Amino acid sequence: MYKTITAVLVFASIAVPSNAESIQERAAACLACHGERGTSETENTPSLGGQQAPYALIQLFMFREKLRVFEPMNEMAKPLTDDDLRAFSDFIATLPKPAPPADAGDPARMAKGQALAQQNRCNSCHNTDYSGKENVPRIANQREDYLAKTLAEYKDNSRHGYDGTMADVMQPIAKEQIADLAYYIAHVR
Amino acid sequence: MTDHSLAPRSLLLAGAVFGALTFGAAAQQPAAPPASGAAPAAQPLPPGSPLIGRPDNEAAAKLAPVAPPPLPASADKLPLAKLKVPAGFNVEVYAAGMANARSLALGDKGTVFVGSRLVDKVYAIVNKDGKRSVKVIASGLYRPNGVAFKDGTLYIAELSKVSKIDKIEDNLDNPPKPTVIYDKLPKDEAHGWKFIAIGPDGKLYVPVGQPGNNVLHDADHGQIRRMNLDGSGAEVYALGVRNTVGFDWNPETKQMYFTDNGRDWLSETVPEDELNRVTKAGEDFGAPYCYQGNIIDQELGWGKNCKDYTAPVGLMGPHTAALGMRFYTGSMFPKSYRNAIFIARHGSWNKSQKQGGDVVVVKLNKDGTVKSMEPFMTGFLEDNKYVGRPVDVMLLKDGSMLVSDDWNGAVYRVSYGKPKVAGQ
Repeated sequence: MYKTITAVLVFASIAVPSNAESIQERAAACLACHGERGTSETENTPSLGGQQAPYALIQLFMFREKLRVFEPMNEMAKPLTDDDLRAFSDFIATLPKPAPPADAGDPARMAKGQALAQQNRCNSCHNTDYSGKENVPRIANQREDYLAKTLAEYKDNSRHGYDGTMADVMQPIAKEQIADLAYYIAHVR
Repeated sequence: MTDHSLAPRSLLLAGAVFGALTFGAAAQQPAAPPASGAAPAAQPLPPGSPLIGRPDNEAAAKLAPVAPPPLPASADKLPLAKLKVPAGFNVEVYAAGMANARSLALGDKGTVFVGSRLVDKVYAIVNKDGKRSVKVIASGLYRPNGVAFKDGTLYIAELSKVSKIDKIEDNLDNPPKPTVIYDKLPKDEAHGWKFIAIGPDGKLYVPVGQPGNNVLHDADHGQIRRMNLDGSGAEVYALGVRNTVGFDWNPETKQMYFTDNGRDWLSETVPEDELNRVTKAGEDFGAPYCYQGNIIDQELGWGKNCKDYTAPVGLMGPHTAALGMRFYTGSMFPKSYRNAIFIARHGSWNKSQKQGGDVVVVKLNKDGTVKSMEPFMTGFLEDNKYVGRPVDVMLLKDGSMLVSDDWNGAVYRVSYGKPKVAGQ
């Protein structure tokens, strides 16, 4: 219910842009859920700060075209023009990087997660500091719940990637390992 | 086709081979990063991962598959001025605004059908009263890369099924949903998208790629199948095929020629992509044991011999992603192009200095072997970055040639002689 209301509100403010409205003003509704300063405090909702603009553009495009299905985002992206998509993704990239969690993380779990990330070469596409590059997203300090949910969705291919890379990469990773990976990436410094 | 239950076992086998090699390599590197020492027991990369076989060095770590921008470029933003063709030829924009435009097929009434891979649509470029417009004729599809046309019917290949729409050109404004004719296909993402075409024997040819960069696999992968146009009578036509995204038939010999993409990560310079010729059904072209006709794979090729496989008739350059290809059977281009093969090279990702990103022309000897290969349409690659990427080529009835570009979501038309407005 909460989500639906948010989506409707956002829809209203994004869909009827007055020319005078700046991108900051138009994005206020996005940040209500995704976090004012790049860090999301909403369950299962990703932090957007410092996200790679090309990746953000791909996701907004996929939401608009319903290639990625999540109703509130599909509704919000529906009225956006190509230029809107570009403007929002460029804006997202300028938000401050998400803040790492206050605790440094349990050393044993961090070690497990790090080993998994190395074995699966997450750093090859996502960059050595997990800041991402181009169409590959920043994942460093992303919300742990969102990371775990996303990895699970890639694994069962219920979230279709733009291409199939993540579906393939996730094939041999067990459920418990997803939790360790998400924990590590969320806490990485 | 045979059981899918085989898949896990043979894929595991591939994983085991890889795991064993990785461990060997790790043992030889005393200076391995500290955390890798603490790594749990062997866990191979998944079979479909593009990272299989990647050597551990900084230059290699910079390379990853290149994804095109999602939004198609508007007509005025296309890199038309940068595209170069030989003297006497002209390039124009035929149609734009088709996100991720990939494979091409021509309808009897002049409609051009365009598949896509990263979006869910098949487009039609419609010619009506001398005007061209783009329509979406099917959406909600999954990686509908392949399109083919015969006797009024459009065939569409998604990742794991083939469908058709009858009398499509009579129903462009309100086309019915595609009906499935064949779905006994694996669902792997890796090399799962398909190019399709109909041969001179009236059969539909459908490839199934190998499910990863360099992997052993079951009997359902690594092949080209052919079947009747209703999906019945499917049989394996060619084996040892890693990932073909383009084929056509020699107008004189009626033999099938197909491009095949070589494995990644072996080196910057080999293996080269292949241009193959099928002389009889059931031929094996070597992958993943033998590449480019003379390289035994360093991981999977032990105990194998390249002599046991059909060698390519032509080499297309390392990692260049030779995709769509057609014989030139038109009369507009000069005589020297008659029955030559135009091949779109999508361009490399697995190479520090990118290569390909062009359309080349391959001329054949009388016996069907390759005489020469020259660049024909260049300019898609600039400062080691793509400004466009050609995917498929196709002739129009007037002998001009279309080239699709999935980076920009556009189709170009190449003509010869005095520039004039495209017509059919």
